[in-house]
Amino acid sequence: MSMQTPKEIGAIQFGLMDPETYRDMSATKIITADTYDDDGYPIDMGLMDPRLGVIDPGLECRTCGSHSGSCNGHFGHIELAAPVIHVGFTKLIRRLLRSTCRECGRLSLTADEQEEFTDALQRNEELGEDWTDVLKSGVRQARKASRCPHCGAPQHDIKHEKPTTYYEVQDVLAGDYSERIASAMQPDPDEDDSGMSPAELAEKSGLDVSRVNDILSGEFRPVGDDRKKIEKALDVDLTEEDMNKLMPSDIRDWFEDIPDEDIETLGIDPSRSRPEWMILTVLPVPPVTARPSITLDNGQRSEDDLTHKLVDIIRINQRFMENREAGAPQLIIEDLWELLQYHVTTFIDNEISGTPPARHRSGRPLKTLSQRLKGKEGRFRGSLSGKRVNFSARTVISPDPTLSLNEVGVPERVAQEMTQTMNVSERNLDRAKQYVRNGPEGHPGANYVKRPDGRRLKVTEKNCEELAEKIDAGWEVNRHLIDGDIVIFNRQPSLHRMSIMAHEVVVMPYKTFRLNTVVCPPYNADFDGDEMNMHALQTEESRAEARVLMRVQEQLLSPRFGENIIGAIQDHISGTYLLTNGNPEFTETQALDLLRATSIDTLPEPAGEDETGQPYWTGRQLFSELLPDDLNLEFTSSAGDEVVIEDGQLLSGTIDEDAVGAFGGEVVDTLAKLHSKTRARVFVNEVASLAMRAIMHFGFSIGIDDESIPGEANAQVDEAIQNAYDRVQELIEIYEAGELESLPGRTVDETLEMKIMQQLGKARDSAGEIAEDHFRDDNPAVVMARSGARGSMLNLTQMAGCVGQQAVRGERINRGYEGRTLSHYQKDDLSAEAHGFVENSYRGGLTPREFFFHAMGGREGLVDTAVRTSKSGYLQRRLINALSELEAQYDGTVRDTSGTVVQFEFGEDGTSPVKVSSSEENPIDVENVADRILDAEFSSDEEKERFLGREERPTNISEYAGPGLDKAQGMGVESDD
Amino acid sequence: MTEEYEHVTDDIEAIVQDYNLPESLQHRIYETIEDREGVTLEQADDIAQAISSRYEDSRVDAHDPVGTVSAQSIGEPGTQMTMNTFHYAGVAEIDVTQGLPRLIELVDARKTPDTPMMTVHLEDEYAENRERAHEVVWQMEATKILALGDISTNVADMIVQVDLNEDTLAERWPTVDSVDTVAQEIAETIEDALGVNTRRSETLIEFGPDEPSYRRLLQLVEELRDIVFKGLEDISRVVIRKEDNERTEGEEFVLYTEGSAFGDVLSIEGVDASRTTSNNIHEVYRNLGVEAAREAIINETMETLREQGLDDVNVRHLMLVADIMTNRGEIESIGRHGISGSKDSVLARAAFEVTVNHLLDAAVHGEEDDLDGVIENVIVGKPVAIGTGDVDLRMGSIEADGGTEAELSDD
Repeated sequence: MSMQTPKEIGAIQFGLMDPETYRDMSATKIITADTYDDDGYPIDMGLMDPRLGVIDPGLECRTCGSHSGSCNGHFGHIELAAPVIHVGFTKLIRRLLRSTCRECGRLSLTADEQEEFTDALQRNEELGEDWTDVLKSGVRQARKASRCPHCGAPQHDIKHEKPTTYYEVQDVLAGDYSERIASAMQPDPDEDDSGMSPAELAEKSGLDVSRVNDILSGEFRPVGDDRKKIEKALDVDLTEEDMNKLMPSDIRDWFEDIPDEDIETLGIDPSRSRPEWMILTVLPVPPVTARPSITLDNGQRSEDDLTHKLVDIIRINQRFMENREAGAPQLIIEDLWELLQYHVTTFIDNEISGTPPARHRSGRPLKTLSQRLKGKEGRFRGSLSGKRVNFSARTVISPDPTLSLNEVGVPERVAQEMTQTMNVSERNLDRAKQYVRNGPEGHPGANYVKRPDGRRLKVTEKNCEELAEKIDAGWEVNRHLIDGDIVIFNRQPSLHRMSIMAHEVVVMPYKTFRLNTVVCPPYNADFDGDEMNMHALQTEESRAEARVLMRVQEQLLSPRFGENIIGAIQDHISGTYLLTNGNPEFTETQALDLLRATSIDTLPEPAGEDETGQPYWTGRQLFSELLPDDLNLEFTSSAGDEVVIEDGQLLSGTIDEDAVGAFGGEVVDTLAKLHSKTRARVFVNEVASLAMRAIMHFGFSIGIDDESIPGEANAQVDEAIQNAYDRVQELIEIYEAGELESLPGRTVDETLEMKIMQQLGKARDSAGEIAEDHFRDDNPAVVMARSGARGSMLNLTQMAGCVGQQAVRGERINRGYEGRTLSHYQKDDLSAEAHGFVENSYRGGLTPREFFFHAMGGREGLVDTAVRTSKSGYLQRRLINALSELEAQYDGTVRDTSGTVVQFEFGEDGTSPVKVSSSEENPIDVENVADRILDAEFSSDEEKERFLGREERPTNISEYAGPGLDKAQGMGVESDD
Repeated sequence: MTEEYEHVTDDIEAIVQDYNLPESLQHRIYETIEDREGVTLEQADDIAQAISSRYEDSRVDAHDPVGTVSAQSIGEPGTQMTMNTFHYAGVAEIDVTQGLPRLIELVDARKTPDTPMMTVHLEDEYAENRERAHEVVWQMEATKILALGDISTNVADMIVQVDLNEDTLAERWPTVDSVDTVAQEIAETIEDALGVNTRRSETLIEFGPDEPSYRRLLQLVEELRDIVFKGLEDISRVVIRKEDNERTEGEEFVLYTEGSAFGDVLSIEGVDASRTTSNNIHEVYRNLGVEAAREAIINETMETLREQGLDDVNVRHLMLVADIMTNRGEIESIGRHGISGSKDSVLARAAFEVTVNHLLDAAVHGEEDDLDGVIENVIVGKPVAIGTGDVDLRMGSIEADGGTEAELSDD
C-alpha cells in the first residue's frame, strides 16, 4: 500500500446532475425488485447487487475490489419508464412554467427588462444580499405577459396542484354561450333595464346584425375579438376555464427549449444545472452502504427504509412498462404514472403536506432521503456537526478535596482503556519497555504497539514480555493514562467555555471520576448522580493547547463578568467565616492542625500569650499565611464588616463569600489578575483545605432544633399575622362598601389584590424579623446565610416564622372552583387564608389546605423551569450560530471568517472581558502604578523589570513540573510569583 | 495639548507618545504626573512602560473567538432567568414583558414588541411644572369617548346621546378656552369618522343612523368607542412620575407610556428628544437610524438582564450582539430569517435549520461553498480557522534562506 499525501477539501460545489452523468457513474442498472435469492445471495441487477458495494464482512466489492469498511459503495440507477417531477423543485418548476413561453421557451420579458433584472440580481449577489426578492419580482413581471415578446405565442396561466401536478388554464368559449347572450339581452324588470334587441347589440358591439343573429342561434362561435366585443357590450362573461394537465414529459420538453441566458435571469446557474434536470428520467440508486440491511436474531433480514421504497419504485416502474407495451388504455397509464410519481416523491421526501406518507408494514412512516438529513438527529446536526468520538469515557463524579483543582481522579479501568501514543526514542526506551511489559492488564501498561513499518500489534498478557524486548527507537507504544497526563473534562449542558476544561490525570482506584469541589461552579456540577465525560487527547499539538489554554487554572476568570468563577463554596465559606469572624485564638497544636493540609509548615510569630503563658495564634493570622506578602486589599464582606488586608496580613474583617467565594471573591479575583493564575490556583486549593480543617475544628451541624424559636417569639409571630389579617379584613370591608380608591391605571379589584398582597408580604417580613431576633449568631443556619455559604435569611424565616403567601402567576391563588379556591371556603371569600396564605412555618408544619396551596405554587416553579430550559437552549443555539464566526484580529478589529468588519475595536475599547470586570470603570490603576514607581520601593532590579512588564513571569504548565511546583518536591509556590 | 498641564514637559509627552496607548490612557498618565510634580524623564518612561504593558495585557488576544464567548455569555444567564413575564420595577402601573421572553424578543428583532412602551423625558418648564407636563400627556394619550363623557342609546328614537363632562374637556384641552369650541370640535370629529349628522346643544351631542336600524345603531356606538379625539392612537395610557434628574440634580417629571409612537412623540413640543426612548428597536431605527438602534438594543438587553439581577454580564458582549444585528445597516434578527439564514456557506445554513431547502436551492443556483466558516469546517473535518486554528506556520528551508548544510551539522 502506497502512502498518499492527505488531500484537503478546498470547496464544495452544488448543482443538479445530468441524467447522462447518472448513467455514467452508475455501477449497474437495477431492474429487479428482489434483493436476495433463496440461498441468501444478492441477485444481480437487484437492489443489493454486489457491484453497489459490500456490507457483509469478508465479501469483495465487484466494482472496486475492496472489502467492507474500505469500500464506500457505488451508485446504481433505475431507468424510469416515464419522467417524474422531483418534489424538491416543485415551486421552481411552477415559477419557470409561469415565466417562460410555452412555445419557444424564452423568458417572457423584453430584452431591456431582462437586462434590468439580471443586473439587479448580480448586484445583490455582489453585495451578498438576498436576491430572492428580485427573482420573485422578475417572475411576476414575466407572468404578466399575455403574449410572448419573442415569438408572439399567447401565454396561459399555470395552476399548480400540490405537490406535483400542473395545469395550463385557458379561457375558452363556454358551451352555452348563446344562452348566456340571450339571457343578458332579456329585459330585467327589477333593475329598470329594458333589455336589448339584436340590432341594438349589433350596433353597440360593432358587429353585423346577421352575424349577431347567427351567434344567437348558435350557428357561429364568437371567438377572439368578436367574443370580447359582445362581452363588452353586454357586460357578460362568455368564457369558462379549461384545465389542460401538463405531464412531466411535456414540462421536460418545454424546459429543454429554455435558453441558457434566460435561466440566468431566474437565478439558475446554467453551467451547473439545467431546468429539465429537475424532471427525473433516471433515478440514482444509493449504494448499499447507505442503506445496509440488518440480520435479525432469527436469521431474517430486515431491509432499510430506502430499500423498501426502491422496491416500490421498481415494481411500479416495471408494471408501467408492461402496461404500456401491452397497449393499456390511457387512463390506466396515467394512474400508473401518478403512482410512480408518488413513490419517487416519497423516496425523496416523506413529509410532504397533502400526500399521505409512505408507511412501513407496522404503520410507522418511512424515513426517506429528506428525513435522513433533517433535524436534530439528522445527518447535518446529528452526524456532521456533532460526531461520536473514540478515546472518551463517561462515569459518575464524586468529590475529592485532596486533589488540586487542576486535577481529576480517573478510575484505573478508564486509564487502562484510554491510551496516549508514545514515540519511542533512546531517551524513553526503558519506560516504553516497562509499559509494554506490564501488558494491557497491569496499570501503567500498554494496549498496542506500532512497528516502524506501520504494522500495529495488540499487546496481550501472553505476548507482552516478548514484545517488550523488541521495542526500539522508532516504535510507537499506546500506553495507558498515567498521573500528569492532560485530558479534557466536560459536563453537559455545555453552556459556556468553562463547561469544558483540561485536567491533569490522577489515576485512582474505584469507579468514579473524582474532582475537587471548587470546580463545581464552572461545570454547574453536584454529586447527586451527575455524570461527566472525559476525552484523552491524541496529538502533541492538542495536548499543548489544552495545557496552555484549557487547564482549569487558566479558566479561573469567567469572560461573562470578568471575575473569578472558581473559588470557595459552601462549607469552605462557613469554614473561613468561623475561622476569621471574631478572630478566635488557637494553641500551637490547634494552629498546626489547621494548617496541616496546606503547604505551610512553619507557624508565624504567635499573636500573644494566654493567662497560662501559652502562646496563641489567631484565625486571621492563620488565614494570612495563605496570602502572598505583597497583597493589599480593602473591601466590605457579605457579613457586613470592613476587610483590610495589608502586606499579605488580614488585619480585620471576616473572610466569607465576598472574599474567597466563587463568582467574584475579591481575594481570589485579585490574585488571579495581579499575581498569577498559578498563585490563585494554589490559594484556592489551600483555602479549601484550611477551611475544611477549620470547620472540622469548630464542628458544624444543623438540625431541626436549630430552626425552633421560643414560645414567646411564636406568640409574637402569631400576633403579627393576626394584625395583618385584621388589616386585610379592613381592606375587604372598604372594598365591599365600594369605597376603595383605585390606584392610577388599575381597576378596583386589582388595587385590592395589590394591597392585600402588600399587607401579607409585610406580615411575613415581620414574622421573619421576629424569628431572626431570636436566633443566636452562632446558629449554623444563620452562619451559612450571613457568610453566603448556602441559604438565605428568607429560607430561615420560612422555616422558623411563617411561609407566607403562595403565588401563581404573581397573584394570590385564585383558581379552583367557581368563585373560590377550595370547597372549604365560602364563595367570594377574599380573606388571606382562602387565597393561599400559609401562616405556619415549615418547622411547625402546614395544614392540609396550606399544603395544597403550597403545592400549587411549587408546581408553577417546576413548569417554569421545564419551559425555560428548552427556550433558553434554543436561544443559545441561535446566538452561537450567528456569532460563531467572529474573531478578534491582530489589528484589534472583530471580523467574521469572510473578512467583514463587525467592530473596529472589540467592545469599543479593545479590552478583554476576561481581564476587565464589568463593574470596573478603569481597568488600569494609573495612580497606583505611578506611586509605586515614584516610591521606587523595589527590592531588586528583577522585581522592577517585572513590575514594568518587561520581564514575563515563568509559566507553570503542570502540577508536576514547572517553576518550583513539582509535586514530589513539595509546593514551593513563592518562586512562581 | 500638554499646555493644560504645567508639569508635563514636551520631553515627557514625547516619551509617553512613544508608547502605543489610547488617548484616554495618555491623558490619565499626564494627569497623574501633573498631580505628583517633579517626575523625572526616567520615571515618566517607567510609568508609561508599566501602563503600556498593563494595557497590552488587558487587550483581547488576536484570534480570540470573541463571538462564541459573547454568545455564551448571553445565552448562559438565559437559563437563570424567569419565564414570568410581567411587572415592572420602575413603574408599577405599567406592565412590561421581562425576563427570557423579552430577551428572545430582542434577539428576534420583532417588528413590534409584546408590550410596547416609551420613556418620555421633558424639557424646561414642562419637566418642572406638573400642569405643563400634563399638557404633553394629553397630546400623547389617546382620548376616547368613554374618557370624555357618558354614552346612552335611545332605542325608541334611534339616537345615540353623548353627554360630555365639562371638567374633563377643560382638563384635556387646557389650551382651548371655551368648552363650547371643544364640544363643537368633538361633534365634528364624530361626523367625519362615522359619516352621520350630529345635533349639539351645549355639551350634549346627539346623532343616529340615517335610516332607523337597530343594528346600525349598535354599530355606531361600537365605532364611536374607537374614535381617537385627541392624542396618538398607539398610546393607550400615560403615567407621570417624579424622578431625580441626573444632569441638573433636581427633580423632574418623566412620562411612561403604554404603547409606542416614537416618531410622533419626538415632535411634540416639550418633549426632550435627546433623552426619550422607546422599547421598540424598529421605531428607534426608523426615526434615529442604525447607530441609535444599536444603542437601543444594548440598553434594552442590559435593562432586561438588570431586572433579573444578572447585570454583571459584561456590556462588551451585548455590544457585539448589537453590532452583528446592525452590521448591514438595518436590524437583522439572530436566527433563520436573519444572520444565520444569510450566511455565505450552504453547509452552515443547512446545518442550522431547514436543511433540505437550502441544499436544493444551492444546487439550482450552482452555489459553491468555500469552507471559510466554522460550521463548514467542522462538517468536512478540517481545522477551523479561528483561535489556534487560525495560525499558520511557514517553514523555510535553510537553503532557500541562504544557509548551508554545514550550518545544520554544527548544531
